[in-house]
Amino acid sequence: MKIVVCIKQVPDTTEVKIDPETKTLVREGVESITNPFDEFAIEEGLLTKEKYGGEVHVITMGPPQAKEVLKNAYAVGSDYVYLISDRAFAGADTWATAYTLSAAIKKIGDFDLVICGKQAIDGDTAQVGPGIATQLNIPQLTYVDKVVEIDPDNKKIKVERLLEDGKEVVEASLPALITVVKDINEPRLPSLFGIKKAAKLDIPTWTADDLPVDKDKLGLKGSPTEVINVFSPEVRGGGEILEGEIPEVVSTLVEKLMDMKIIQ
Amino acid sequence: MGLSFDLTEEQDMMRRMVRQFAEKEILPVCVELDEKEEFSVHLTRRMAELGLFGSIVSEEYGGTDVGYLSYIISVEEIARVDGSQAATLAAGVSLGISPIFYYGNEEQKQEWLPKLCSGEILASFGLTEPNAGSDAGSSKTTAVLENGYWVINGSKIFITNSASEISGICVVQAVTGKRSDGKNELSCILVPNGTEGFEARPMHGKMCWRASNTGELYFTDCMVPEKNLLGRRGEGFHQMLATLDGGRLSIGAMGLGGAQGAFEAALNYSKEREQFGRPIGSFQVNAFKMADMATQIEMARLLLYKACWLRDNNREFSKEAAMAKLVCSEVFRMCANHAVQLHGGYGLMNEYRVEKFYRNQKLLEIGEGTSEVQRIVIARHIGVPGRAL
Repeated sequence: MKIVVCIKQVPDTTEVKIDPETKTLVREGVESITNPFDEFAIEEGLLTKEKYGGEVHVITMGPPQAKEVLKNAYAVGSDYVYLISDRAFAGADTWATAYTLSAAIKKIGDFDLVICGKQAIDGDTAQVGPGIATQLNIPQLTYVDKVVEIDPDNKKIKVERLLEDGKEVVEASLPALITVVKDINEPRLPSLFGIKKAAKLDIPTWTADDLPVDKDKLGLKGSPTEVINVFSPEVRGGGEILEGEIPEVVSTLVEKLMDMKIIQ
Repeated sequence: MGLSFDLTEEQDMMRRMVRQFAEKEILPVCVELDEKEEFSVHLTRRMAELGLFGSIVSEEYGGTDVGYLSYIISVEEIARVDGSQAATLAAGVSLGISPIFYYGNEEQKQEWLPKLCSGEILASFGLTEPNAGSDAGSSKTTAVLENGYWVINGSKIFITNSASEISGICVVQAVTGKRSDGKNELSCILVPNGTEGFEARPMHGKMCWRASNTGELYFTDCMVPEKNLLGRRGEGFHQMLATLDGGRLSIGAMGLGGAQGAFEAALNYSKEREQFGRPIGSFQVNAFKMADMATQIEMARLLLYKACWLRDNNREFSKEAAMAKLVCSEVFRMCANHAVQLHGGYGLMNEYRVEKFYRNQKLLEIGEGTSEVQRIVIARHIGVPGRAL
C-alpha cells in the first residue's frame, strides 16, 4: 500500500482573529500546529501501513515554516515527507490548492490511498479533499469514521461514513481518497527516538517547476473564487416566540411588525 | 558561538511532546493516584516508551542521548502537571540510570541499561540511612568481601523507585573498609531487587509525591558477586557527590515545572473568579503576586538552564547546580503559596490542583541535599573561610 496523507498547518487557536483592514487571519503571536483533523489522517495512514504493509508519504502546501508540521509527521513514523512551496502557490483558493496537491500526488505516483482530514480548522471549507479526488479522477469517501477493511489484492476499500443522521457503509475501488473525522483513531505521540530523527531531517521542497502543472492554474491567479470580505458576524439577540390560538398569534405578529415598521 | 537563548528544534519538539503527554495522559489520573498513594506502572512505562528514561544514555544501550538540558526539560514539563510522575522519571534517570551509565563497566552497562531505558525495570540509588542524611559520609551499611561475594548488612531509607513492582536494581552505597586517613572507605555496589537478604518495603503516609514509590531497604547478609562493584573500590563517595550534582538539576527541574504549573493555575483562576464585580486578577494586590511569580520563574529557568548548559558542555557545574536547586525549590514555594492564596478556600481542596503543588513543593527543599546543604556547597565554592559547615 502506498498511502499519501495531505496535511495543513493552521494557527493554534480557538479564537481566530481577523485583521479588519486586510481581511486576513492575524498570525502574529499565534503558534502554528498541524490541523487537528489531519492528525487523525496521519494516524490512519500509519495504522493502515501497520496492518497492510507499505509506506506513508505526507505532503503539505505552504510557506517554508510549514516544515514544522512535516517534522512532526515524520517523528510519529511517516516514511517520506515533502513540502510543496513556491511564491506561485500563494493566495490559492480551494480549487487551486486541490489542483496543486493532486499534481504532487501524481508526482509521488502509484498511490493506493489518499487520506485527508475532513476539513481545516481555519478555513473550515472541507473542499480540498473532495477537490483532490476530483482532480485525480478517483472515488472520494468523505467523513469516514472507520475503515472497515481494505483488500489490497482486489484493490477495494470499505469504510463507514458518519452522516448527520446515521452511518453508512460504502465500498470503493482503489486508488481512492478518504477524508476522516475525529475519533476515527487516537493519534500517537512521537517518541524521543522519532523526534531526534525528524529534527535532523532535511525536508525536500517541491516548487512549481518540480510539479506537472499548468502555471496559470496556480495560486491567486489560478483561483476561480475570490474573498470579498471576511468578518465576524454580529451576535444576534434571542427571538420571541408567540404562543396561543393561531388567529390571535397572527394579529399580534402583524401588530409587532407594524410597530417595528417592517410592514405598513 | 556567542550567547543564545534559542532551544534547538529537537528540544522544542520534545517539550511539545512531553507537554501533550502530561496533559493527555497524566493530568486526568494524577489526583486519584495521589489520593490513593498508588504508583503507576503504566505511566512509568509510557514515559519509557516515549524515550524519556534514556535521554542521557547513548544509543548503543537503548538510550536517546539527547543531552542533560533536554532531559531537564522533560522533567520540568511533567512536573508542571504532576510532581509524582516527575519524581519517578527524575529519580529513575539521574539517580538510578546515571551512576550505572557513568561508572558501570561494559558488562554492567550491557546488562542493565537497555532494560532501564525501555522501562522494563527501574533503578534506585541507595544512599540515605536512618542516621545518615545530610551527613552521607557517616553511613553504617557495610559490605564485606568474602569468597568472591560482597556480604551486605544495614539499611537505607527514603529511596525513590526502590520498592515498586518493577524496581529491578539498586545502587547501594556501603562502607567497604577504612581509608589510610581513618575515614570510612565507601563503595557503590549493584544489588538486584529480589536478591536473598535484600528486602525493599514501600513507605506510605507521605505528604508529597504520593504516587511515586519510596522504599525502606533492609540488607541482612545479602550476598552479591564481587563483580557487582560499581567502578573501583573506594570511589563511592565521589560517585555519590557527582550523582547528586546531576540529581540537583533534576530537583531544580521539578521546582521550575511545579512553579510554572502553579503560576498558570493561579493566572487562569484570577481571570475566571470574580469578586466585587470584577475578576480577582484585576486587583493590584493579586496582579503583583502574578507579576512576581512570572519574574521569579524566568530567573529560576535561566539559572537552571545555564547549569545544564555547563554540564552539556563538560564544564564545572557543581556550584550552579546547587544554586539552581536552591532557587528553583524556593521559587516553587513562593508560587505554590501565592497560587493557593489566590484560590482562597477552593485552594485548600484537592479538587483544585494547587493543593497538590503546595504539598509537593516541600520535598524539594529537603531531598537530594536540603536548602541548608545547598548553601554549604555554594559557600564552599565561593571560597568562604573555613569549611562553612
